[in-house]
Amino acid sequence: MKELSNKVCIVGVDESDEIGTLPGKSMLSLHLEASHNAIRDAGLKVSDVDGVFTAGQHSPATIAEALGVVPRFVDGTTVGGCSFIIMVGHALVALHHGLCDVAVVCHGESGRSQVGVTPRRDTAIPGQYEAPFGFGGASTMFGMITTRHMHEHGTTLEQWAQVAVSTRQWAALNPKAKNREPITIADVLNSRPVCYPFNLLNICLVTDAGGAVVLTRADRAKDCAKKPVYVRGAGEATEHVSLTQMKNLTFSEATKKSGAKALAMAGVDYKDFHHIMLYDAFTSGPPIMLESLGFCKPGEGVSFFEQGRSTPGGSLPINTNGGGLSYTHSGMYGIFPIIEATRQLRGECGTRQVPKCNVSLVNGMGGMLSAAGTLVLSNEK
Amino acid sequence: MDLQRPLPTPITPEAKPYWDGAREGKLMVPKCKACGKAFLYPRVLCPFCASRDIAWIQASGRGKLFSFEIAHQILNKAFKVKTPVVLAMVELEEGPRMLTNLINCEPDPKKIKCDMPVEVVFEKQTDEISLPMFQPARAR
Repeated sequence: MKELSNKVCIVGVDESDEIGTLPGKSMLSLHLEASHNAIRDAGLKVSDVDGVFTAGQHSPATIAEALGVVPRFVDGTTVGGCSFIIMVGHALVALHHGLCDVAVVCHGESGRSQVGVTPRRDTAIPGQYEAPFGFGGASTMFGMITTRHMHEHGTTLEQWAQVAVSTRQWAALNPKAKNREPITIADVLNSRPVCYPFNLLNICLVTDAGGAVVLTRADRAKDCAKKPVYVRGAGEATEHVSLTQMKNLTFSEATKKSGAKALAMAGVDYKDFHHIMLYDAFTSGPPIMLESLGFCKPGEGVSFFEQGRSTPGGSLPINTNGGGLSYTHSGMYGIFPIIEATRQLRGECGTRQVPKCNVSLVNGMGGMLSAAGTLVLSNEK
Repeated sequence: MDLQRPLPTPITPEAKPYWDGAREGKLMVPKCKACGKAFLYPRVLCPFCASRDIAWIQASGRGKLFSFEIAHQILNKAFKVKTPVVLAMVELEEGPRMLTNLINCEPDPKKIKCDMPVEVVFEKQTDEISLPMFQPARAR
Protein backbone atom coordinates (compact mmCIF):
# COMPACT_ATOMS: atom_id res chain seq x y z
CA MET A 1 0.00 0.00 0.00
CA LYS A 2 2.77 2.43 0.91
CA GLU A 3 4.24 2.26 -2.58
CA LEU A 4 1.15 4.19 -3.78
CA SER A 5 1.79 7.11 -1.42
CA ASN A 6 2.81 10.41 -3.07
CA LYS A 7 2.77 8.89 -6.57
CA VAL A 8 -0.18 10.96 -7.75
CA CYS A 9 -1.11 14.61 -7.30
CA ILE A 10 -4.19 16.78 -7.40
CA VAL A 11 -3.32 19.43 -9.95
CA GLY A 12 -6.66 21.12 -10.62
CA VAL A 13 -9.78 21.91 -8.60
CA ASP A 14 -12.78 24.16 -9.04
CA GLU A 15 -16.52 24.55 -8.64
CA SER A 16 -19.01 25.23 -11.42
CA ASP A 17 -19.15 28.88 -12.59
CA GLU A 18 -21.69 29.55 -9.86
CA ILE A 19 -23.07 27.55 -6.94
CA GLY A 20 -26.29 28.12 -5.02
CA THR A 21 -29.79 28.32 -6.51
CA LEU A 22 -29.42 27.87 -10.27
CA PRO A 23 -32.74 27.14 -12.00
CA GLY A 24 -31.09 27.98 -15.34
CA LYS A 25 -28.51 25.19 -15.20
CA SER A 26 -28.93 21.46 -15.70
CA MET A 27 -27.13 18.78 -13.74
CA LEU A 28 -25.03 18.06 -16.85
CA SER A 29 -24.05 21.73 -17.24
CA LEU A 30 -22.85 21.81 -13.64
CA HIS A 31 -20.66 18.75 -14.32
CA LEU A 32 -19.20 20.31 -17.45
CA GLU A 33 -18.56 23.77 -16.02
CA ALA A 34 -16.78 22.29 -13.01
CA SER A 35 -14.70 19.89 -15.12
CA HIS A 36 -13.73 22.62 -17.57
CA ASN A 37 -12.79 25.01 -14.77
CA ALA A 38 -10.73 22.41 -12.88
CA ILE A 39 -8.87 21.34 -16.04
CA ARG A 40 -8.07 25.02 -16.73
CA ASP A 41 -6.93 25.42 -13.10
CA ALA A 42 -4.45 22.61 -13.77
CA GLY A 43 -3.14 24.31 -16.92
CA LEU A 44 -4.30 21.33 -18.99
CA LYS A 45 -6.67 20.94 -21.94
CA VAL A 46 -9.90 18.94 -22.02
CA SER A 47 -8.33 16.80 -24.74
CA ASP A 48 -5.62 15.74 -22.23
CA VAL A 49 -8.24 13.89 -20.15
CA ASP A 50 -8.17 10.13 -20.59
CA GLY A 51 -9.73 9.02 -17.29
CA VAL A 52 -13.28 10.00 -16.26
CA PHE A 53 -14.65 9.33 -12.78
CA THR A 54 -18.12 10.37 -11.66
CA ALA A 55 -20.96 9.27 -9.40
CA GLY A 56 -24.68 9.88 -9.40
CA GLN A 57 -27.22 9.88 -12.18
CA HIS A 58 -24.85 10.54 -15.07
CA SER A 59 -22.46 7.75 -15.99
CA PRO A 60 -18.84 8.51 -16.79
CA ALA A 61 -19.70 7.68 -20.40
CA THR A 62 -22.22 10.54 -20.47
CA ILE A 63 -19.67 12.95 -19.04
CA ALA A 64 -16.96 11.81 -21.45
CA GLU A 65 -19.31 12.13 -24.40
CA ALA A 66 -20.36 15.62 -23.33
CA LEU A 67 -16.73 16.66 -22.80
CA GLY A 68 -15.88 15.28 -26.23
CA VAL A 69 -13.20 12.85 -25.08
CA VAL A 70 -12.74 9.09 -25.46
CA PRO A 71 -11.36 8.00 -22.08
CA ARG A 72 -9.42 4.77 -21.70
CA PHE A 73 -10.39 4.46 -18.04
CA VAL A 74 -13.82 5.11 -16.49
CA ASP A 75 -15.31 4.61 -13.04
CA GLY A 76 -18.90 5.21 -11.92
CA THR A 77 -18.78 3.83 -8.38
CA THR A 78 -21.87 5.36 -6.73
CA VAL A 79 -22.00 4.71 -3.00
CA GLY A 80 -23.31 8.07 -1.83
CA GLY A 81 -21.81 11.49 -1.29
CA CYS A 82 -18.30 10.24 -0.52
CA SER A 83 -18.03 8.53 -3.92
CA PHE A 84 -15.77 11.31 -5.25
CA ILE A 85 -13.40 10.92 -2.30
CA ILE A 86 -13.27 7.18 -2.95
CA MET A 87 -12.66 7.88 -6.64
CA VAL A 88 -9.50 9.84 -5.88
CA GLY A 89 -8.19 6.54 -4.55
CA HIS A 90 -9.38 4.71 -7.66
CA ALA A 91 -7.78 7.35 -9.88
CA LEU A 92 -4.57 6.98 -7.88
CA VAL A 93 -4.38 3.29 -8.72
CA ALA A 94 -5.27 3.80 -12.39
CA LEU A 95 -2.76 6.64 -12.85
CA HIS A 96 0.01 4.83 -10.99
CA HIS A 97 -0.32 1.81 -13.24
CA GLY A 98 -0.50 3.91 -16.40
CA LEU A 99 -4.10 2.94 -17.14
CA CYS A 100 -4.72 6.66 -17.70
CA ASP A 101 -2.60 9.83 -17.53
CA VAL A 102 -5.00 12.63 -16.64
CA ALA A 103 -8.02 11.82 -14.49
CA VAL A 104 -11.04 14.04 -13.87
CA VAL A 105 -13.28 13.30 -10.90
CA CYS A 106 -16.41 15.35 -11.41
CA HIS A 107 -19.72 16.12 -9.74
CA GLY A 108 -22.76 18.08 -10.80
CA GLU A 109 -26.11 18.12 -9.07
CA SER A 110 -29.19 20.25 -9.44
CA GLY A 111 -30.19 19.32 -5.92
CA ARG A 112 -32.31 22.38 -5.26
CA SER A 113 -33.76 23.24 -8.67
CA GLN A 114 -33.95 19.65 -10.04
CA VAL A 115 -33.06 20.67 -13.61
CA GLY A 116 -32.26 17.74 -15.88
CA VAL A 117 -32.70 15.23 -13.06
CA THR A 118 -34.47 11.85 -13.14
CA PRO A 119 -37.01 11.63 -10.27
CA ARG A 120 -36.00 9.19 -7.59
CA ARG A 121 -37.91 5.91 -7.33
CA ASP A 122 -38.13 3.64 -4.38
CA THR A 123 -36.20 0.47 -4.78
CA ALA A 124 -37.31 -2.78 -3.18
CA ILE A 125 -35.85 -2.33 0.29
CA PRO A 126 -36.81 1.28 1.18
CA GLY A 127 -40.11 0.79 -0.66
CA GLN A 128 -41.11 -2.09 1.59
CA TYR A 129 -39.50 -1.38 4.92
CA GLU A 130 -39.04 2.41 5.13
CA ALA A 131 -41.43 4.50 3.00
CA PRO A 132 -44.69 3.15 4.53
CA PHE A 133 -43.61 4.54 7.90
CA GLY A 134 -42.69 8.01 6.63
CA PHE A 135 -38.97 7.45 6.17
CA GLY A 136 -37.53 9.23 3.15
CA GLY A 137 -34.76 11.78 2.90
CA ALA A 138 -31.63 11.83 4.97
CA SER A 139 -33.01 13.81 7.90
CA THR A 140 -35.42 10.96 8.70
CA MET A 141 -32.44 8.62 8.99
CA PHE A 142 -29.40 10.34 10.46
CA GLY A 143 -31.40 11.45 13.48
CA MET A 144 -31.75 7.79 14.43
CA ILE A 145 -27.96 7.54 14.80
CA THR A 146 -27.93 10.83 16.68
CA THR A 147 -30.69 10.04 19.20
CA ARG A 148 -28.98 6.76 20.06
CA HIS A 149 -25.63 8.55 20.43
CA MET A 150 -27.23 10.94 22.94
CA HIS A 151 -28.64 7.96 24.84
CA GLU A 152 -25.36 6.03 24.94
CA HIS A 153 -22.87 8.87 25.40
CA GLY A 154 -24.88 11.67 27.00
CA THR A 155 -24.19 14.06 24.12
CA THR A 156 -26.59 17.01 23.98
CA LEU A 157 -28.48 19.15 21.48
CA GLU A 158 -26.30 22.10 22.58
CA GLN A 159 -23.15 20.19 21.64
CA TRP A 160 -24.43 19.36 18.16
CA ALA A 161 -25.43 23.02 17.75
CA GLN A 162 -21.83 24.04 18.43
CA VAL A 163 -20.81 22.27 15.20
CA ALA A 164 -23.19 24.51 13.22
CA VAL A 165 -21.86 27.61 15.00
CA SER A 166 -18.21 26.73 14.31
CA THR A 167 -18.88 25.91 10.68
CA ARG A 168 -20.79 29.18 10.16
CA GLN A 169 -17.79 31.12 11.49
CA TRP A 170 -15.78 29.68 8.60
CA ALA A 171 -18.56 30.36 6.09
CA ALA A 172 -18.44 34.02 7.08
CA LEU A 173 -14.90 34.07 5.62
CA ASN A 174 -15.79 32.29 2.35
CA PRO A 175 -17.31 34.57 -0.32
CA LYS A 176 -18.74 31.49 -2.08
CA ALA A 177 -20.67 30.30 0.98
CA LYS A 178 -24.46 30.55 0.83
CA ASN A 179 -25.13 31.43 4.48
CA ARG A 180 -22.58 33.76 6.07
CA GLU A 181 -24.33 35.57 8.94
CA PRO A 182 -23.05 34.53 12.38
CA ILE A 183 -25.30 32.22 14.42
CA THR A 184 -25.42 31.19 18.09
CA ILE A 185 -26.25 27.94 19.82
CA ALA A 186 -29.63 29.44 20.73
CA ASP A 187 -30.27 30.23 17.05
CA VAL A 188 -29.74 26.57 16.20
CA LEU A 189 -31.91 25.31 19.07
CA ASN A 190 -34.68 27.78 18.20
CA SER A 191 -34.69 27.15 14.46
CA ARG A 192 -37.64 25.31 12.93
CA PRO A 193 -38.02 21.72 14.18
CA VAL A 194 -37.70 19.36 11.20
CA CYS A 195 -37.12 15.91 12.62
CA TYR A 196 -36.08 15.55 16.25
CA PRO A 197 -33.23 15.67 17.23
CA PHE A 198 -32.66 18.04 14.31
CA ASN A 199 -33.84 21.60 13.86
CA LEU A 200 -33.28 23.32 10.54
CA LEU A 201 -29.80 24.66 11.38
CA ASN A 202 -28.58 21.14 12.20
CA ILE A 203 -29.21 20.13 8.60
CA CYS A 204 -27.16 20.86 5.49
CA LEU A 205 -28.24 23.19 2.72
CA VAL A 206 -29.84 21.97 -0.48
CA THR A 207 -28.18 23.69 -3.43
CA ASP A 208 -27.25 23.39 -7.09
CA ALA A 209 -23.53 22.98 -7.62
CA GLY A 210 -20.76 21.26 -9.51
CA GLY A 211 -17.20 20.49 -8.53
CA ALA A 212 -14.24 18.72 -10.10
CA VAL A 213 -10.76 17.51 -9.24
CA VAL A 214 -7.99 16.75 -11.77
CA LEU A 215 -5.19 14.31 -10.98
CA THR A 216 -2.04 13.17 -12.69
CA ARG A 217 1.19 11.34 -11.77
CA ALA A 218 3.68 13.27 -9.66
CA ASP A 219 6.29 13.39 -12.48
CA ARG A 220 3.82 15.13 -14.78
CA ALA A 221 2.32 17.28 -12.01
CA LYS A 222 5.47 19.38 -11.93
CA ASP A 223 4.53 20.78 -15.36
CA CYS A 224 1.03 21.85 -14.34
CA ALA A 225 -0.04 25.40 -13.53
CA LYS A 226 -0.34 25.18 -9.74
CA LYS A 227 1.64 23.74 -6.87
CA PRO A 228 0.86 20.01 -6.77
CA VAL A 229 -0.97 18.48 -3.82
CA TYR A 230 0.19 14.94 -3.12
CA VAL A 231 -2.25 12.14 -2.39
CA ARG A 232 -0.35 10.59 0.50
CA GLY A 233 -3.05 8.18 1.56
CA ALA A 234 -6.45 6.96 0.40
CA GLY A 235 -8.97 4.62 1.97
CA GLU A 236 -12.51 3.43 1.42
CA ALA A 237 -15.04 0.99 2.86
CA THR A 238 -18.76 0.30 2.93
CA GLU A 239 -20.71 -1.31 5.73
CA HIS A 240 -24.46 -1.09 5.16
CA VAL A 241 -27.13 0.77 3.23
CA SER A 242 -30.23 0.21 5.35
CA LEU A 243 -29.82 1.76 8.75
CA THR A 244 -31.12 -1.40 10.43
CA GLN A 245 -28.08 -3.27 9.14
CA MET A 246 -25.51 -1.00 10.84
CA LYS A 247 -23.95 -3.14 13.57
CA ASN A 248 -23.20 -0.32 15.99
CA LEU A 249 -25.62 2.53 15.33
CA THR A 250 -23.33 5.15 16.89
CA PHE A 251 -19.99 4.09 15.38
CA SER A 252 -19.14 3.79 11.70
CA GLU A 253 -17.18 0.64 10.93
CA ALA A 254 -16.73 1.82 7.33
CA THR A 255 -15.20 5.10 8.51
CA LYS A 256 -12.85 3.28 10.88
CA LYS A 257 -11.63 0.97 8.13
CA SER A 258 -11.32 3.71 5.52
CA GLY A 259 -9.41 6.02 7.85
CA ALA A 260 -7.03 3.32 9.05
CA LYS A 261 -6.15 2.47 5.46
CA ALA A 262 -5.53 6.09 4.45
CA LEU A 263 -3.40 6.90 7.51
CA ALA A 264 -1.34 3.72 7.13
CA MET A 265 -0.68 4.43 3.44
CA ALA A 266 0.33 7.99 4.27
CA GLY A 267 2.45 6.98 7.27
CA VAL A 268 0.90 9.73 9.40
CA ASP A 269 -0.63 9.87 12.87
CA TYR A 270 -3.63 11.83 14.20
CA LYS A 271 -1.41 14.58 15.58
CA ASP A 272 0.12 15.27 12.15
CA PHE A 273 -2.93 17.02 10.67
CA HIS A 274 -3.11 20.79 10.39
CA HIS A 275 -6.55 20.89 8.82
CA ILE A 276 -9.57 18.59 8.59
CA MET A 277 -12.51 18.39 6.19
CA LEU A 278 -15.44 16.20 7.30
CA TYR A 279 -18.66 15.60 5.42
CA ASP A 280 -21.27 17.55 7.39
CA ALA A 281 -24.73 16.67 6.15
CA PHE A 282 -25.84 16.96 9.80
CA THR A 283 -24.17 18.57 12.80
CA SER A 284 -23.71 15.22 14.53
CA GLY A 285 -21.83 13.74 11.56
CA PRO A 286 -18.38 15.30 12.00
CA PRO A 287 -18.04 14.44 15.73
CA ILE A 288 -19.12 10.83 15.10
CA MET A 289 -16.66 10.62 12.20
CA LEU A 290 -13.80 11.81 14.42
CA GLU A 291 -14.76 9.10 16.93
CA SER A 292 -14.93 6.41 14.24
CA LEU A 293 -11.65 7.54 12.68
CA GLY A 294 -9.99 7.16 16.09
CA PHE A 295 -9.18 10.81 16.84
CA CYS A 296 -10.89 10.38 20.21
CA LYS A 297 -13.02 7.98 22.23
CA PRO A 298 -16.68 7.43 21.33
CA GLY A 299 -18.70 10.30 22.78
CA GLU A 300 -15.82 12.79 22.79
CA GLY A 301 -15.95 14.02 19.18
CA VAL A 302 -18.04 17.06 20.07
CA SER A 303 -15.12 18.50 22.08
CA PHE A 304 -13.28 19.21 18.82
CA PHE A 305 -15.90 21.82 17.96
CA GLU A 306 -15.43 24.04 20.96
CA GLN A 307 -14.42 27.65 20.40
CA GLY A 308 -10.68 27.83 19.81
CA ARG A 309 -10.33 24.32 18.41
CA SER A 310 -12.20 23.91 15.11
CA THR A 311 -12.98 27.62 14.64
CA PRO A 312 -11.01 30.32 12.76
CA GLY A 313 -7.71 30.83 14.60
CA GLY A 314 -8.22 27.50 16.37
CA SER A 315 -5.71 24.72 16.98
CA LEU A 316 -7.30 22.25 14.53
CA PRO A 317 -9.47 24.01 11.93
CA ILE A 318 -12.37 21.89 10.63
CA ASN A 319 -14.59 22.49 7.59
CA THR A 320 -12.98 25.75 6.59
CA ASN A 321 -15.16 26.29 3.50
CA GLY A 322 -18.27 26.57 5.67
CA GLY A 323 -19.23 22.97 5.01
CA GLY A 324 -22.42 21.42 3.76
CA LEU A 325 -24.10 23.25 6.62
CA SER A 326 -23.35 26.78 5.36
CA TYR A 327 -21.31 26.79 2.11
CA THR A 328 -23.02 24.40 -0.29
CA HIS A 329 -24.59 20.94 -0.35
CA SER A 330 -25.92 19.82 -3.68
CA GLY A 331 -26.74 16.29 -2.53
CA MET A 332 -23.48 14.38 -3.03
CA TYR A 333 -21.18 16.87 -1.29
CA GLY A 334 -17.97 14.80 -1.32
CA ILE A 335 -16.13 16.64 -4.10
CA PHE A 336 -16.18 19.96 -2.21
CA PRO A 337 -14.08 18.99 0.84
CA ILE A 338 -11.37 17.79 -1.58
CA ILE A 339 -11.46 21.15 -3.38
CA GLU A 340 -11.18 23.07 -0.09
CA ALA A 341 -8.34 20.91 1.26
CA THR A 342 -6.41 21.42 -1.99
CA ARG A 343 -6.89 25.19 -1.83
CA GLN A 344 -5.76 25.28 1.80
CA LEU A 345 -2.65 23.24 0.99
CA ARG A 346 -1.88 25.61 -1.90
CA GLY A 347 -2.36 28.65 0.35
CA GLU A 348 -5.15 30.12 -1.79
CA CYS A 349 -7.76 30.73 0.88
CA GLY A 350 -7.36 34.44 1.72
CA THR A 351 -8.89 35.44 5.05
CA ARG A 352 -9.79 31.83 5.90
CA GLN A 353 -6.32 30.47 5.10
CA VAL A 354 -5.08 28.10 7.80
CA PRO A 355 -1.49 29.07 8.70
CA LYS A 356 1.22 26.42 8.20
CA CYS A 357 -1.24 24.06 6.51
CA ASN A 358 0.83 21.17 5.13
CA VAL A 359 -1.17 18.04 5.91
CA SER A 360 -4.93 17.80 5.53
CA LEU A 361 -7.46 15.04 6.18
CA VAL A 362 -10.56 14.65 4.03
CA ASN A 363 -13.20 12.21 5.26
CA GLY A 364 -16.65 11.71 3.86
CA MET A 365 -19.61 9.45 4.25
CA GLY A 366 -22.00 7.95 1.77
CA GLY A 367 -25.56 7.44 2.89
CA MET A 368 -25.93 7.28 6.67
CA LEU A 369 -22.29 6.53 7.54
CA SER A 370 -22.85 3.61 5.20
CA ALA A 371 -19.83 4.12 2.98
CA ALA A 372 -16.69 6.08 3.74
CA GLY A 373 -13.80 7.60 1.87
CA THR A 374 -10.68 9.11 3.44
CA LEU A 375 -7.76 11.03 1.94
CA VAL A 376 -4.52 12.28 3.41
CA LEU A 377 -3.37 15.21 1.28
CA SER A 378 -0.15 17.19 1.57
CA ASN A 379 1.77 19.92 -0.23
CA GLU A 380 5.03 18.09 0.45
CA LYS A 381 6.15 14.47 0.05
CA MET B 1 -60.98 4.50 2.17
CA ASP B 2 -58.24 6.96 1.28
CA LEU B 3 -54.80 5.54 1.79
CA GLN B 4 -52.87 7.30 4.53
CA ARG B 5 -49.48 5.83 3.68
CA PRO B 6 -47.44 4.69 0.70
CA LEU B 7 -47.92 0.93 0.53
CA PRO B 8 -44.94 -1.40 0.47
CA THR B 9 -43.97 -1.61 -3.16
CA PRO B 10 -42.82 -3.63 -4.84
CA ILE B 11 -43.32 -6.63 -2.55
CA THR B 12 -40.38 -8.79 -3.48
CA PRO B 13 -40.87 -12.57 -3.78
CA GLU B 14 -38.45 -13.37 -0.95
CA ALA B 15 -40.49 -11.13 1.38
CA LYS B 16 -43.89 -12.69 0.66
CA PRO B 17 -44.07 -14.67 3.94
CA TYR B 18 -43.33 -11.44 5.84
CA TRP B 19 -46.23 -9.56 4.26
CA ASP B 20 -48.55 -12.61 4.29
CA GLY B 21 -47.86 -12.89 8.02
CA ALA B 22 -48.50 -9.18 8.60
CA ARG B 23 -51.92 -9.52 6.95
CA GLU B 24 -52.74 -12.22 9.52
CA GLY B 25 -51.36 -10.18 12.43
CA LYS B 26 -48.17 -12.22 12.73
CA LEU B 27 -44.65 -10.80 12.69
CA MET B 28 -42.80 -13.36 10.59
CA VAL B 29 -39.01 -13.26 10.59
CA PRO B 30 -36.46 -15.32 8.64
CA LYS B 31 -34.18 -17.45 10.79
CA CYS B 32 -31.02 -19.18 9.66
CA LYS B 33 -31.09 -22.94 10.24
CA ALA B 34 -27.31 -23.14 10.20
CA CYS B 35 -26.35 -20.49 12.78
CA GLY B 36 -29.73 -20.07 14.45
CA LYS B 37 -29.86 -16.29 14.11
CA ALA B 38 -32.98 -14.40 13.07
CA PHE B 39 -32.60 -11.45 10.70
CA LEU B 40 -34.41 -8.75 8.79
CA TYR B 41 -34.95 -7.69 6.02
CA PRO B 42 -35.89 -10.99 4.37
CA ARG B 43 -33.29 -12.29 1.94
CA VAL B 44 -32.19 -15.62 0.51
CA LEU B 45 -28.87 -15.74 2.35
CA CYS B 46 -28.03 -15.43 6.04
CA PRO B 47 -26.12 -12.14 6.62
CA PHE B 48 -24.31 -13.71 9.60
CA CYS B 49 -22.99 -16.99 8.17
CA ALA B 50 -23.90 -16.89 4.46
CA SER B 51 -25.95 -20.08 4.71
CA ARG B 52 -28.75 -20.53 2.17
CA ASP B 53 -30.78 -22.70 4.58
CA ILE B 54 -33.39 -20.24 5.83
CA ALA B 55 -36.63 -20.91 7.73
CA TRP B 56 -39.37 -18.57 8.96
CA ILE B 57 -40.45 -18.12 12.58
CA GLN B 58 -43.16 -16.06 14.19
CA ALA B 59 -41.49 -13.41 16.37
CA SER B 60 -42.92 -12.64 19.81
CA GLY B 61 -43.69 -9.08 18.73
CA ARG B 62 -41.86 -7.76 21.76
CA GLY B 63 -38.73 -5.66 21.69
CA LYS B 64 -37.21 -2.37 22.72
CA LEU B 65 -37.17 1.08 21.18
CA PHE B 66 -33.57 1.22 19.97
CA SER B 67 -33.75 4.79 18.69
CA PHE B 68 -36.31 7.32 17.48
CA GLU B 69 -36.99 10.60 15.74
CA ILE B 70 -40.00 12.90 15.77
CA ALA B 71 -40.80 14.03 12.24
CA HIS B 72 -42.53 17.38 11.82
CA GLN B 73 -42.66 17.04 8.05
CA ILE B 74 -42.71 14.05 5.71
CA LEU B 75 -41.36 14.52 2.19
CA ASN B 76 -43.36 11.70 0.59
CA LYS B 77 -46.69 13.19 -0.56
CA ALA B 78 -48.33 9.77 -0.31
CA PHE B 79 -47.77 9.85 3.47
CA LYS B 80 -50.81 11.66 4.86
CA VAL B 81 -50.72 10.79 8.55
CA LYS B 82 -50.81 13.98 10.58
CA THR B 83 -47.41 15.03 11.92
CA PRO B 84 -45.64 14.94 14.29
CA VAL B 85 -45.00 11.25 13.72
CA VAL B 86 -42.59 9.16 15.78
CA LEU B 87 -40.16 7.36 13.48
CA ALA B 88 -38.74 4.40 15.33
CA MET B 89 -36.04 1.77 15.16
CA VAL B 90 -37.12 -1.26 17.17
CA GLU B 91 -34.84 -4.12 18.20
CA LEU B 92 -36.87 -7.32 18.45
CA GLU B 93 -36.34 -9.83 21.26
CA GLU B 94 -35.12 -12.22 18.56
CA GLY B 95 -32.37 -9.76 17.55
CA PRO B 96 -33.23 -8.06 14.26
CA ARG B 97 -33.84 -4.32 14.06
CA MET B 98 -36.58 -2.76 11.98
CA LEU B 99 -37.79 0.72 11.06
CA THR B 100 -41.37 1.45 12.03
CA ASN B 101 -43.54 3.99 13.84
CA LEU B 102 -44.14 4.28 17.56
CA ILE B 103 -47.87 4.87 18.02
CA ASN B 104 -50.29 5.34 20.91
CA CYS B 105 -47.65 7.49 22.57
CA GLU B 106 -47.20 11.24 22.94
CA PRO B 107 -44.58 12.55 20.46
CA ASP B 108 -42.45 14.17 23.14
CA PRO B 109 -38.71 13.49 23.50
CA LYS B 110 -39.05 13.90 27.26
CA LYS B 111 -41.45 10.96 27.40
CA ILE B 112 -39.99 8.64 24.78
CA LYS B 113 -36.79 6.90 25.86
CA CYS B 114 -34.35 4.68 24.04
CA ASP B 115 -34.56 1.06 25.25
CA MET B 116 -38.18 1.40 26.49
CA PRO B 117 -40.11 -1.86 25.97
CA VAL B 118 -42.46 -1.90 22.99
CA GLU B 119 -44.84 -4.40 21.38
CA VAL B 120 -46.08 -4.87 17.85
CA VAL B 121 -49.53 -3.81 16.72
CA PHE B 122 -50.67 -4.28 13.14
CA GLU B 123 -52.42 -1.48 11.30
CA LYS B 124 -54.54 -2.56 8.35
CA GLN B 125 -54.09 -0.46 5.22
CA THR B 126 -55.93 -2.56 2.62
CA ASP B 127 -57.29 -6.11 2.43
CA GLU B 128 -53.83 -7.17 1.32
CA ILE B 129 -51.54 -5.01 3.41
CA SER B 130 -51.14 -4.53 7.14
CA LEU B 131 -48.13 -2.70 8.57
CA PRO B 132 -46.24 -3.65 11.73
CA MET B 133 -46.24 -0.68 14.12
CA PHE B 134 -45.13 -0.60 17.74
CA GLN B 135 -46.58 0.88 20.91
CA PRO B 136 -45.27 1.12 24.48
CA ALA B 137 -45.53 -2.39 25.98
CA ARG B 138 -48.45 -3.00 28.30
CA ALA B 139 -47.59 -4.38 31.73
CA ARG B 140 -47.62 -8.18 31.68
